[in-house]
Amino acid sequence: MPWHRKHLLTIEELKRSEIEQILATAGAFRRILDRKVKKVPALRGKTIVNLFLEPSTRTRISFEMAAKLLSADVISFDAAASSTTKGETLRDTAQNIQALHADMIVLRHAASGSPLYLSKVLGIPVVNAGDGAHEHPTQALLDVFTMREKLGDLKGRKVVILGDILFSRVARSNIHALTKLGADVTIVGPSTLVPHWFESLGVRVSHNLREALADADVVMLLRIQHERQGVSHFPSIGEYTSMFGLNYTRASWVKPGAIIMHPGPINRGVEIDSDIADSDRSVILQQVTNGIAVRMAVLYLCAGGQPEAVTVPVT
Amino acid sequence: MPFLHIKNGRVIDPASKRDAKGDVFIADGKFVKSPTPAQKKSAQVIDAKGLVVCPGLVDIHVHFREPGQTHKETILTGSQAAAAGGFTTVVCMPNTSPVVDNAGTVTLIKAAAAAAPVHVYPTGCITVGMKGQALAPHGSLQKAGVVALTDDGLCVQSNELMHRAVEYAKMFGLSILDHCQDESMTEKAVMNEGVVSTRLGLKGWPHAAEDIIVARNIILSRYTGAHIHMQHISSAHSVELMRQAKKNGVNVTAEATPHHIAFTEEALGTYDTHFKMNPPLRTEADRKAIIAGLRDGTLDCIGTDHAPHAPEEKDREFDYAPNGIIGLETALPVCLDILVKKSKFQLSHVIDLMTRKAADILKLPAGTLAPGATADVCIFDPAETWLYNTYGAFSKSINSPWDKQNLTGRVKTTIVSGKVVYQNGKMLV
Ligand SMILES: [Zn+2]
Repeated sequence: MPWHRKHLLTIEELKRSEIEQILATAGAFRRILDRKVKKVPALRGKTIVNLFLEPSTRTRISFEMAAKLLSADVISFDAAASSTTKGETLRDTAQNIQALHADMIVLRHAASGSPLYLSKVLGIPVVNAGDGAHEHPTQALLDVFTMREKLGDLKGRKVVILGDILFSRVARSNIHALTKLGADVTIVGPSTLVPHWFESLGVRVSHNLREALADADVVMLLRIQHERQGVSHFPSIGEYTSMFGLNYTRASWVKPGAIIMHPGPINRGVEIDSDIADSDRSVILQQVTNGIAVRMAVLYLCAGGQPEAVTVPVT
Repeated sequence: MPFLHIKNGRVIDPASKRDAKGDVFIADGKFVKSPTPAQKKSAQVIDAKGLVVCPGLVDIHVHFREPGQTHKETILTGSQAAAAGGFTTVVCMPNTSPVVDNAGTVTLIKAAAAAAPVHVYPTGCITVGMKGQALAPHGSLQKAGVVALTDDGLCVQSNELMHRAVEYAKMFGLSILDHCQDESMTEKAVMNEGVVSTRLGLKGWPHAAEDIIVARNIILSRYTGAHIHMQHISSAHSVELMRQAKKNGVNVTAEATPHHIAFTEEALGTYDTHFKMNPPLRTEADRKAIIAGLRDGTLDCIGTDHAPHAPEEKDREFDYAPNGIIGLETALPVCLDILVKKSKFQLSHVIDLMTRKAADILKLPAGTLAPGATADVCIFDPAETWLYNTYGAFSKSINSPWDKQNLTGRVKTTIVSGKVVYQNGKMLV
């Protein structure tokens, strides 16, 4: 099946078959990452601009790495250096980048919906690298890629997402990806951060950690961003940790074989204790590696590549 | 000024319980019962065959941006948009720059309003600088000519200050119009809190934040006897609170906007900033409750909240775009569609909501075709379908969700104080 999409804006808009195509393409690129020479010429001559108007070192480096391994030229803007801090609009900034003959923009922005807006304004592909509390599609793709690597088919698998769901674009994108792939998703955390509205997205909402963890195949933790929430969503980090932090005892409630995930950066001792984060159940670092392969797949497909064209050359 | 004879139209004047084919006569800017033979001979005849002839529409909630933000709208362009929409009387909000918290600014606005094609009444602020900290000089504002007080756009958060404001304003016979919003519950909020904001990852504005202030105002009105008018009611629960308050005889009134009866939060699915407003579009249940409130009189009138913004201000990330849309040129067709066609209101009922009932809230001399009254008339074709295009329309701004849509119901002629100011797409003054 050919790939038709020019932009990657959300997981919500993707069909299951499109998610499968990205994951299959990422699988091929993932094998390339294990080779001695990792670079492939797929995007040679293309220029990709990472427009990061909200800082994120990890995601930016991952996109940069992915683009470079595809032999693209990469230019990264970060928020502080950008003219948007001088009052230039997003439209003007992006149109200038397009006029400089960029072939693709990877956008990270604090305002939800910004990548969709840019995709309407520009003629070149836009890849969403996280927009506000809305979506972070490549993170969800690398998450399900990692889950499949560990657990196989996700149909009927029980995934618990624990933590700050309300403000999390990772949670939203994962909810869409996982439900499309047939997984059974439960979101857990304090009622102020896990509002009942989420049931409309096809997930179960729970505030009972023990019950939720009992039969989970995956426990995905989210970063607690206390600084973004003001004072009203929960009393304190200490209270949060005492009620919902994943410690040794709570991790023992999870069945054997279950994996623990986190999109990073982790707050050790807040949402997860160090010994759990570093345990053999944790796949946090595999997520990081898989992120490169997934982003290579997304950049490659949105630049016009076709899934079936990616083969792993003999090393 | 020629003697005007409007004939062959369906004359609807809810204020004088008139709804039949008939004549309307205008001499020297006033309606008259019947012409003298000499007048009849010299009359300028307006043939309204197939059209509705009603009182000029009244909107007690518009933003004309003058002084200070005349790139968005001026009193003149806003008034032209009003005339094109069949409105002959408008009340403009004081959140200009500077805000209307002093008599001097009122004088400035009145001077500009004198050249406008429709009657423009200014309002003054409730508090100094609209800061919600100290009472503005209500007495001086009234002397300078304001017809009501409001901090619209903002809401007085202190219950004590609001208590004193309504008590003090009452002494001057001034109503308080309130934009009901608890700010502590809506910080950085950009749309209704609920299923859609959850999906879109946008910060939600819970309807409870409106309901709490509506309830507060009902309590204060009951306590002081002062009249408080709730602007742009957006929630079902607020409608319910108003219904109960009116049952109890509390001196409160409320308005609904065309956009809150036409759209829901579902319209925000693609982050289109032309659906970003405050209070936000809410759910289908809220929309239906507002229509029910208009039907049974719980909500008293339609107000457009005509809020012009320059194109570049709306053309940006959803979070950063300003709230509000223009509405004067589309209000009548939208109300005809939503209320008459889809909700089976009597046409005269909708006209009542847009004329007499709106005028009565602030005791404005408008909203009737009765002999002796100022001759403000709206003549419209209820059946004509036309393409609304904001480019080429009269408002300076183009921020309308109805842009490039077909609307049914078109204003043909607008008469203000006996003078034809707008006819067949042209401004005549
Ligand atoms: Zn308002």
